Amino acid sequence: MKSIIFRTSSRYLLPVLLLFSVFMLLRGHYLPGGGFVGGLMAALAFILHSFAFGMEETKNIIRINPGFLMPLGLAFAMIAGIVPWFYQEPFMTGLWYGEPLRMVGMVGTALLFDIGVYFVVIGSVLTVIFSIREIF
Amino acid sequence: MLLAVLLGFIFALLIPLLSKFARKAIPSLLSAVPILLFFYFIYHIPEIKDGNFVLEKTAWVPQLGIDLSFRLDGLSMLFSLMITGIGALVFVYTSYYLKGHVYLDRFYGYLVMFMASMLGVVLSDNLITLFIFWELTSITSFFLIGFNNEEEPSRKSAIMALGITGFGGLVMLVGFVWIGAVAGTYSLTELMSQPEVLRDNPAYVWILVLLFVGAFTKSAQFPFHFWLPGAMKAPTPVSTYLHSATMVKAGIFILARFSPILGSTPEWNWTLTIVGAITMAYAAIHALFRTDLKSILAYSTISALGILVFLIGLGTEEALLGAGIFILTHSLYKAALFLITGIIDHETGSRDVTLISGLRHKMMPVAIAGYIAALSSAGVPFFIGFLSKEVMYEAVLHLPTGAIILTMLAVLTKVCLLVAGFWAGIKPFTGGVSEISEKAKLPSARLWAPTLILGAMSMAFGISPALIEKSLILPVLSSMTGGPTASYLALWHGFNVVLLLSGVTLAVGTGMYFYWKPSPGKLDKTFKFEFLSPEELIKSFGRGFQFFAQKWTGFFQNGYLRNYVITILIFLSILIAYRLFSGVYIYLDWDQISEITPSEIIVVFLMVVSIFFVILSTKRTPVIVALGVIGFANCLFFLYYSAPDLAMTQFSIDTLTVLLFMLVLFQLPKNKTFSSKKIRSRDAVISLVFGGLIALLTLEVFEEPTMKEVSDYYAENAYILAKGKNVVNVILVDFRGFDTMIETVVLVIAAIGVFSLMHLNMNPIKKD
Repeated sequence: MKSIIFRTSSRYLLPVLLLFSVFMLLRGHYLPGGGFVGGLMAALAFILHSFAFGMEETKNIIRINPGFLMPLGLAFAMIAGIVPWFYQEPFMTGLWYGEPLRMVGMVGTALLFDIGVYFVVIGSVLTVIFSIREIF
Repeated sequence: MLLAVLLGFIFALLIPLLSKFARKAIPSLLSAVPILLFFYFIYHIPEIKDGNFVLEKTAWVPQLGIDLSFRLDGLSMLFSLMITGIGALVFVYTSYYLKGHVYLDRFYGYLVMFMASMLGVVLSDNLITLFIFWELTSITSFFLIGFNNEEEPSRKSAIMALGITGFGGLVMLVGFVWIGAVAGTYSLTELMSQPEVLRDNPAYVWILVLLFVGAFTKSAQFPFHFWLPGAMKAPTPVSTYLHSATMVKAGIFILARFSPILGSTPEWNWTLTIVGAITMAYAAIHALFRTDLKSILAYSTISALGILVFLIGLGTEEALLGAGIFILTHSLYKAALFLITGIIDHETGSRDVTLISGLRHKMMPVAIAGYIAALSSAGVPFFIGFLSKEVMYEAVLHLPTGAIILTMLAVLTKVCLLVAGFWAGIKPFTGGVSEISEKAKLPSARLWAPTLILGAMSMAFGISPALIEKSLILPVLSSMTGGPTASYLALWHGFNVVLLLSGVTLAVGTGMYFYWKPSPGKLDKTFKFEFLSPEELIKSFGRGFQFFAQKWTGFFQNGYLRNYVITILIFLSILIAYRLFSGVYIYLDWDQISEITPSEIIVVFLMVVSIFFVILSTKRTPVIVALGVIGFANCLFFLYYSAPDLAMTQFSIDTLTVLLFMLVLFQLPKNKTFSSKKIRSRDAVISLVFGGLIALLTLEVFEEPTMKEVSDYYAENAYILAKGKNVVNVILVDFRGFDTMIETVVLVIAAIGVFSLMHLNMNPIKKD
């Protein structure tokens, strides 16, 4: 994993892939994509980086413990479910706000929910991979 | 009333916060909860006069007929007052009894949750809500019994209690659902207005059996009685509160509640009478052999519960009156005795009744409370126990059949209970100061004041029954009979048989107290019959089950991944083969199959080559890569057949899998041993059969007419209802969003599992 090509390319691939994962997340409601795939891609981006530069380096880039993303994501999903209660609707009723945005489409609880899924996926995949790497 | 029930849960939720910022205030703050609720219920007493009741309803799941509806009538008033009143005393008592305990905050949390659940049980009007609260009492009591969770007996009896009462609760739920199905309502109030619907139904007996299992397990009736003595491992305040005053009476409550709905049939009356009679006599005799104060009290409690079931079983107005007043009597004196036992234990460090004596010189107020409780349990005039005993004897004597035998049984029980009560309430305080009592001294008033309050009530109600007759006891009676009642409580009924029986009971009991001494030797003799007891049967069933589970798991979960895969494949093959060859005609129409394109041929070729490579290669890394190729080739197929979402996800997952394999397998030593030819050919056969069957199944799917309703619905409504054009995603985040939410939770649990397994250090010393 010391190949200079691999290292250089993954240095530039990380931001590109992360951007792409967000793109995937946002377009999900209209075109193929979504929180799950987006999250997987973001996790892969980080894993690729960690293969090239070592896990410590990647952890420095992420700054927070990736495990923290799991409760954060669950909280997002939960909030998306609870918000309708304040409008006298059953749990997880879809609510939308305003006019559709470009590319993203309608902004609403479904998007928030998908963002939650995104974070949960990143958090759990990175937790699994990093814990396994730490041992070996 | 909803707030009154939920108040305890709200406070329990605040505990973590409180223990961080106001640890010292927890006991006093939480003791305020039951005191407040006690006065709340006192305030509502006038509303339940003459069989009236208050009904409050909040919709919860109206589609299923489940509401948070609460009914406050005589019966639930009596129980609510006991739960909050004795609760208040126990809460105050605990603040000193467990002073300085590390987990005092937790204890209060469990206790207040238990109180709230118990209130829920007695106030619920909806059967399903009642069941939920019922199981909540089992769960909270599990934590309370196992509070000293570092001791094995404590944990074991907690599990035993949860197992028995939880099981009973589930059985009862079946009964409730059945009632709902037959009567079309879960509301107790509605059921009371149409009792004949259930009584005339063929399912009546079944409902009765299911309900009885629930009530008997909770109220420790024979043969389910054994969990109660075990549960005495709990700290004494818990035993006081749960195992004498409130929780064990929940079963009695259910029987009393259903008396106007299901009662007054031979099945109801005889079952309850017989079970109650067996329990009361069996446990009362058992109590005489115990030397541990708490065990004595445990068995006498079981016996008292037996008396209650017995009285409810008799079903006459007098018997129900006796039950109503005995519920109160028993709670007052038994709670006092338990609290006193706790004080003795706290001060002397022992509960052995044969060793403790002369404590009156050390703690006079406690001694007075002990005397009062013992005399009330004995049924001496001017104590409330006298009233309940009189009414009970009267009820039994006036029976049309079996009066003489049942009267004798009742007298026998009462005599034994009197002796047990004297042992617990009088013996420790009289006589000379024994060695073990030497160091005892009078504890804080927070410990002994509650016992005196209980004693004062026993006496006040005994001297002047009018205090509670109209306001409490008669409403209780009318909610048990289901109609208006006019009855009387009096100290003096004139010279009659009942008074004679009372005298006999007192004389024989007092005589026995002086001549019968429990000792460890006598206790040992009862152990000979232990193997026959239901407790042992349950325990050996548990052991057998564990043994079976161990063998079963050891056989199937042998730790070799390859064996798991083989098991799964063989099982599935048999299942599919059975289905395919039992009457499914496979018809292949070549015209239906679309033309094969060159790109598909290339992909299939890639896959086949990779598969052979995987099978034949001896090095690990290339195998992993080849497996990745197979996965990616699969993705291409998804892409060809217009499932881009699936392809994308599969692609990412496959990448991850390859990386994971690399991470783990990269570190392993080189492959050295390979499976023999024999095993390889066996595996080849299994996989060929499985692959062939799956292929057949896929072809078969073409033949089946496709059900398009669901997919059409989603396709049509994705944009209209969920404003999304990607149907797959809309299903994930909206239509089936709840599933997704649970799945994300599963994902998190899996990640936490991997994390903890990887960081689990089984040999911490070795590592250094």
